[in-house]
Amino acid sequence: MAAVSFQSVTKTYSMPQGPFQALDAVSLDIEEGEFFGLLGPNGAGKTTLISILAGLARATSGRVLVQGADVQSDYQAARRKLGVVPQELVFDPFFSVREALRFQSGYFGVENNGDWIDELLHSLGLADKAQANMRQLSGGMKRRVLVAQALVHKPPIIVLDEPTAGVDVELRQTLWQFIAKLNKQGHTVLLTTHYLEEAEALCNRIAMLKRGHVVALDRTSELLKAASGNVLVFKTDTPLPPALVPLARVTGRVVQMAAQDAQEVERHLAQLREAGVDVQDIEIRRSDLEDVFLNVMAAHAAPGWESQVPSLPAAQRATP
Amino acid sequence: MSGWRMLFYKEVLRFWKVGFQTVAAPVITSMLYLLIFGHVLEDHVKVYDRIGYTTFLVPGLVMMSMLQNAFANSSSSLVQSKIMGSLVFQLLTPLSHRAWFVAYVGSSVVRGLVVGLGVLAVSFYFAVPQFAAPLWIVVFAVLGATLLASLGVVAGLWADKFDQMASFQNFIIVPMTFLSGVFYSVGSLPPFWKTVSLFNPFFYMIDGFRHGFFGQSDASPWLSLAIVGSACLCVSLLALRLLRIGYKIRS
Repeated sequence: MAAVSFQSVTKTYSMPQGPFQALDAVSLDIEEGEFFGLLGPNGAGKTTLISILAGLARATSGRVLVQGADVQSDYQAARRKLGVVPQELVFDPFFSVREALRFQSGYFGVENNGDWIDELLHSLGLADKAQANMRQLSGGMKRRVLVAQALVHKPPIIVLDEPTAGVDVELRQTLWQFIAKLNKQGHTVLLTTHYLEEAEALCNRIAMLKRGHVVALDRTSELLKAASGNVLVFKTDTPLPPALVPLARVTGRVVQMAAQDAQEVERHLAQLREAGVDVQDIEIRRSDLEDVFLNVMAAHAAPGWESQVPSLPAAQRATP
Repeated sequence: MSGWRMLFYKEVLRFWKVGFQTVAAPVITSMLYLLIFGHVLEDHVKVYDRIGYTTFLVPGLVMMSMLQNAFANSSSSLVQSKIMGSLVFQLLTPLSHRAWFVAYVGSSVVRGLVVGLGVLAVSFYFAVPQFAAPLWIVVFAVLGATLLASLGVVAGLWADKFDQMASFQNFIIVPMTFLSGVFYSVGSLPPFWKTVSLFNPFFYMIDGFRHGFFGQSDASPWLSLAIVGSACLCVSLLALRLLRIGYKIRS
């Protein structure tokens, strides 16, 4: 039985300017013990999908099962299995950290949970803030409390919606160590993030969403293999020759160009030399998840793509 | 399943932590009413025989504070946590709509009763009311507070902003409480306003509550009980339904 099963989940919001389809028949299964990444640009439907899973929103059609429990008809069983860290940095200003955790535990019917709360406070570096009012905490500390609140009832499935947005490096490290430990102990983790290097390092399987559709779904290693190849990275102040512009990704002075092999690298360099481009700090690296992501998104940029190659595995479509 | 108890406890603690605003302030306001209206009108207004005006005023003021505070508690708690976003912590839990209802309405009734007892205690300084039929006092106090607490749940779910909440309070709750005979007997009103008052459920709450103190009232306490009881049932069912469908809290 899948830990989480999305079965052709569709969500349509009625907006003043007409209906908006946030999700279109999204189906995917997350297996027990996976560290699963849900990636996609802003507005792709990641948070909508998680909201439907968590019961914060209802699917227009389709259904979601959490270890077999339907999130609508059997919502109590489903929610007990889920620990959700919301994206927004929200808190209740009336209470202290320990109170917030005690309440959350009590809502799930778990009482006398002091030992586990102490352990959470300790693991997340909150022990000395236990009595502090939520208002007095910094943003990073509030984020830690959100994580603790999600885990207070020991859920088998942990859902993190962009937990590291706007979080400093130290907290990111602590957080990932802690979540990775929980994953090793058997917890299933579902993560959405914009930090692709985090997803690459942590997730064993990844789904990419775009405009409410799953556009790629595979093991992280397969996704990387499918995009196998190298990337030529260099810096320049001169404009690129028109022939190379469509192949290059430019960020300020940094230019990145995909290249299958050494010969292609040579061809690129030759063209650059001919065009008289001043190339500095040359580097050749393996394609990473960010390259895969950008390729997948670009491949699905054209309107009407849904009907083009629906039967091909996503990873193949992702090949540049 | 005991999740509702924790939510109830949290909601009681929420108002108790700011008790200066939520309990002391309304008690002081009522004391000012007693001081000023009692002083000005004591020798000029006589509603029931053998009952001074200040004494007459006490039950109405107690009830009015209870109703307003029961309403303010559930409505402001919901609006605030909706706007702050902290309602999500409850939305993520397995708490049922019944658990939400019991916790929000229960804690608001507690606040209403605490404020009501506070006003009553202070009023002893001005006039000692009678307690002719204590059971009616308790019945109307609990029913009235439950009705307004449920209405607060409805308003708190409906309002998206604090000013919508303020409109609800200023244009519905305050006029209905003031036009319910807190400061007078509806018998003394001109016929038109008397008829209007008879359609105001707040009138029956106050009238029935006052009957418990003086053993006399404008309407029969049984009629008041029937009307207040039905109103309470209707609003509670509405609040329960809105909670069940997640009105404005689950998209």
